[in-house]
Amino acid sequence: MQLEFIGPFEIIVGLIIRFWPVWIALAVVMGASYYYKSKLALYGQLYDTGVGIAGVGICLFWLFTAIFASTVSPFDPLKQYFVMKDALPGAIEAETGQAFLFGGDRLARDVFSRMVYGSQIVLVIAPAATVFALMVGTTLGLPAGYYGGKIDTFLSFLANLVLAFPVILLFYLLVTPGIMDTPIPYTMAGVFFLFPIIFFCTLFYTRFRNRPRLLAIQIGITILLGGWIYLGLVFNADPLGIISIRPNELNIFVAVVFASSPGVFRIVRGLVMDIKTRDYVAAAQTRGESPWYIMLWEVLPNARGPLIVDICLRIGYTTILLGTLGYFGLGLAPESPDWGTGIKESSRLLRAYVHPALPPVFALMSFVLGLNLLADALREQSLKD
Amino acid sequence: MLFFMLRRLGTMALTMLCLTMVVFFLINLEPNLKKLAISQLDMRSSSEDLEKWLVNNGYRQNFFVRYGQWLGVVPKQPNTDPVTGEPKARFSYCNEPAEPYFGGVLQGDFGCSTKFKTTVANKLFPALGATGILMFWVMVVMVPVSLLIGVLAGMREGTRTDRTLSVASITTTATPEYVSGVIFAVVFASWLGILNGSAATATSQGVNFYNFTLPVMTMAIYGIGYIARMTRASMVEVMTQQYIRTARLKGLAFNAVVIKHALRNALIAPFTVIMLQFPWLLTGVVIVEVMFRYQGFGFTLVEAAGNNDIDLLLGCSLVSVFVVLSTQLISDIGYAYLNPRIRVQ
Repeated sequence: MQLEFIGPFEIIVGLIIRFWPVWIALAVVMGASYYYKSKLALYGQLYDTGVGIAGVGICLFWLFTAIFASTVSPFDPLKQYFVMKDALPGAIEAETGQAFLFGGDRLARDVFSRMVYGSQIVLVIAPAATVFALMVGTTLGLPAGYYGGKIDTFLSFLANLVLAFPVILLFYLLVTPGIMDTPIPYTMAGVFFLFPIIFFCTLFYTRFRNRPRLLAIQIGITILLGGWIYLGLVFNADPLGIISIRPNELNIFVAVVFASSPGVFRIVRGLVMDIKTRDYVAAAQTRGESPWYIMLWEVLPNARGPLIVDICLRIGYTTILLGTLGYFGLGLAPESPDWGTGIKESSRLLRAYVHPALPPVFALMSFVLGLNLLADALREQSLKD
Repeated sequence: MLFFMLRRLGTMALTMLCLTMVVFFLINLEPNLKKLAISQLDMRSSSEDLEKWLVNNGYRQNFFVRYGQWLGVVPKQPNTDPVTGEPKARFSYCNEPAEPYFGGVLQGDFGCSTKFKTTVANKLFPALGATGILMFWVMVVMVPVSLLIGVLAGMREGTRTDRTLSVASITTTATPEYVSGVIFAVVFASWLGILNGSAATATSQGVNFYNFTLPVMTMAIYGIGYIARMTRASMVEVMTQQYIRTARLKGLAFNAVVIKHALRNALIAPFTVIMLQFPWLLTGVVIVEVMFRYQGFGFTLVEAAGNNDIDLLLGCSLVSVFVVLSTQLISDIGYAYLNPRIRVQ
C-alpha cells in the first residue's frame, strides 16, 4: 500500500498547531511573569536577560508539553499501526487521516507522540528524584558541615564511597530485574523517603517548640501527609489508592536518588562550613539557640542561592542519568516511550532509518539545555546581589 | 607531605575494600547466582541441579569466606568432582591447582570469566589497553580545545566572544554522549558518509581516522564544555587581579599579559577539573564503546554485567574504583604542588 505524505512545510505548520495548548499556556504564564516581573524577586529577574528568558521558556515548554501530553499527541504512544512501519516523516495514517509528523519507528508507532509522552516520564521522575536527593543531602550535609569532627569524617567517607562508584556500574548493580526480588530497593526506599519527614519535623520543631499548639498542627500534617506518601511509595499500600509506583520505577527512583545525594551532601557541607563563620551565626549561638535551629533557620536560608542553581543543574543531570538508564535498557519497560529508550532503539538502526532517532535526541538535549541556561541565569542574578 | 600521602593511601585502601565488598555482595545476590547457574547449565535444569551446581562450585559458602578467597586472604579449596571425588577445576578454561592455595586479587589472580571462557586477566588487560588508546586521543582533543575556549572566553569578560563561547559550552554540557553520538553518526556517517559509524574495525585492523574520529569526538564534546567553563571562571578571576592591572599599566601588550601573567595562574583550577573528569570519562567510555562497538573496558563491563560474569565484573569495578580514587589523589597532590599558596599540613 502506498502511503501519502505531506510536505516539510506542512509538517512544521502541523507541529505548531499540535502544540496549541502549550503555546497558550506559555503565552499566559510568561506574559504575566514579564508584566509583573518587578514584584517576583529572583524569578522576575530572570526575565531581564536573554539567557534567562530562553531557559525559562524551554523548561516551561516541556513542563506544559508533559501536562497537556494527551491533547498534544495525535496518537497513542504504544499503539502500533502496521502500515506505518518505518514510515518517513509526514506520512498520513489512513484511518484517522492524521499525519505521523516525525514518521513511524521500527514497531510502527508514532515517533512524535512517543516524544511527547516521554516528557511526562522525565518531568515526573527527574524533579522528584532531585528533591529527594536534596532532602537526603541537606539533612546529612548540615550536621557534617556544622559539627565537623567525627560526624563529618564518617559522613564524608560514606559520600566519597558512593561518589567513587562509576555511575554506570552502580546502575548495573542496583537496577536489575533480579534485584526487585530482594528487599534491597525497598529498604533503600524506606530509608531515603524517611529523610523528608525527618527534615520537616525537625524544621518545625526547632522553630515552634515554644508554641505547642501550632507545632502539634504542623507536625501532625507533616506526619499525616508524609506517612501517606511513604506508605504509597515504599509499601505500595496507599489506603486511598492515589499514590502508587511500579516496582521498576521505584527501583530507578531509588538508584537515581542514591547516585545524586552525595553530590548535594558535598555542596551543602561546603556551604555550611563557609556560612557558619558569619556573625549572625555567632549571634544565634550567643542567644543560646539549639544547633539544629541554627542549621535550619540561620544557615540554610542563606545557602539558598547556590542551592537553587545546583537544583537546576541537578535536574538536568538526573535527566541525563534517566536517559542513560533508558539507553542501556535498565529499569524502564522496553516499550516505555521515554527518551533514553527511544534513543537506544533507534540508534541501532541508524544505518537504515535516521528519523526515529532525532526527536528524542533533540528533546532530551533541549530540556537539559533549558535547565542549564536557567541555572546560568540564576547564578548571574544571585552574584549581582 | 609524606604523612599526608600515607593517610590518603590508607583511606584509599579502606575505600576500595568497602566498595569491593559492596560490589561483591550485590553481584552475589540470590537472583544473580541463579541466573549464572542457568547460563552455565541450561534452561531446563531443575532447581535441584542448579542448587547442586552452586554448592559444588563453592557459591554457597559463607559470604566472608568467599570474599576472603576473592581477596586472597582465605585459601581456596580445590573443587572435587561429585562422582569420583577427585579434584577437578571449576572451569575447564582456567587452571586451578589441585591443593588448597591462596589465589585472590592480592596475589594478582583475578579469577575466571564465565562469559568469555578465559581468565579475567586475559580479557581485562587488553580491553584496558584499547580503552587507554581511546582515552589518550580524547585527552589530546579535549584538553587543548577546552582550555583554548575557556581562555578566549575569560580574557575579556562580557564581550560577544565570551557570550557566544559560553552558550556554546553550556550546549555541549547539555549533550550527553548518547545524544551527541547519535547526532554525529547521523551527520557524518549517514548523511555525509565520510566517517565510519562503528569503531568495530579499530580492534581488528587498528585505529585510523575513519573509525576512530566519531568515538573520540563524541566523548570529548561532553567534557569540553565543562572544562571550558571552569577555565573561563578561573581566567575571569585572574584577570581582575592587581598584578594584571600592574602589567597592563607598565605598558605590556594585552596578548603578552594574557600569555605571560594570566595564563599560568588561570590554569591551576582547570588541572583539578581535568583530573576529576576521569570518573566522568569512565561512564562516557561505557556509552561510547557500546554505541560504536569498540572492544574496550566499557564494552567488557557491559558484557560482564549483562551476563552476570561475577569475577570479570568484580575485576572491572576494582579497576574503575582504582582509577577514580587515584585521580582524586593525583589532583589533590598536583593542586598543592602547582599552587604554592596551598600547603598541606
